[in-house]
Amino acid sequence: MNMSDAEIWTVIALVAIGTYLIRFSFIGLIGDRDLPAWVLRHLRYTPVAVLPGLVAPLVLWPEATGGNPDLPRLMAAVVTVLLGVMFKNLLLAIFGGGATLFVMLQLMA
Amino acid sequence: MTTTKRAFLQGIRDSLPFIVVVAPFAMLFGVVATEAGLSPLQTFGFSVAVIAGAAQFAAVQLMADNAPLLIIVATALAVNLRMAMYSASIAPYLRGVPFWQRAFMSYVLVDQSYAIGLLKYETEPNLIPPARVAYFVGTMVLNMPLWYGGTLVGALLGNRIPQDYALDFAVPITFLALVGPMLKTAAHVAAAFTSVALTLALSFLPYNLGLIVAALVAMMVGAQVELMVERRRA
Repeated sequence: MNMSDAEIWTVIALVAIGTYLIRFSFIGLIGDRDLPAWVLRHLRYTPVAVLPGLVAPLVLWPEATGGNPDLPRLMAAVVTVLLGVMFKNLLLAIFGGGATLFVMLQLMA
Repeated sequence: MTTTKRAFLQGIRDSLPFIVVVAPFAMLFGVVATEAGLSPLQTFGFSVAVIAGAAQFAAVQLMADNAPLLIIVATALAVNLRMAMYSASIAPYLRGVPFWQRAFMSYVLVDQSYAIGLLKYETEPNLIPPARVAYFVGTMVLNMPLWYGGTLVGALLGNRIPQDYALDFAVPITFLALVGPMLKTAAHVAAAFTSVALTLALSFLPYNLGLIVAALVAMMVGAQVELMVERRRA
């Protein structure tokens, strides 16, 4: 990472202020007015619209392998998603995916 | 015991299942953030100031990738936009609650407190406003210090773990684990696939702009699929 301390604190401060304003928006300021249905319909999909895209290049082109697709990481990713979909359990999916990566890296070493 | 006090204790009790998740998740953030180059103080400060795991992980990942400052902030805030929806849906239940209490409740409005809180308000519509506040704060009274403390423990441990310990994949696994349970409907699945396909297709764009474009399109796809499914049912 090539960020200075001041830049890191700036990121933290801006994310903190922005996040607070998002949370405060309706509770604090707008209060009784309801959001239009079409806005809510879009906001509902923000996490699934952002997180998969963020993670896709990291899974396909991991920096640790110089950007080359890597079987252990691909398998760990698939196992994590499947466990999450099937059991709706965050920690189970994290540990299952992590264990898959560990075992596969050992096997391929 | 007063209604308010009872609501507070109920809030604590109903939050217990989430505690199992929060502490290790916070420690993981502490480890990953210090691995990325944040100091323990910065890592701890991040958790105290933001209390939003997914956005914090996203910001740290982009920091490690040397993305521009504004892109990092925009992406982290995009991850948190869902909280505007939480804020909107919980606001009608907080009529008559003093401003300073609503200001504090906004700070602790996270996925868990929203989910448990809304359920309570819907199932007990006659709850008086002070009890609503007490219940909501109760759901966070253990979660909040655990989030802070877990982060700090992880940050102090993270400094001692060698850089090359295959932790590069901790963030992707964490995100994928968050996404799995979110794939509840066809619309969510469509949005997720759009997000992946477009980000990869647009990966030639500078400054991670491809991700922002992909996320906006994916939100629209999710909303449109939802409308289509609703129309077919009608």
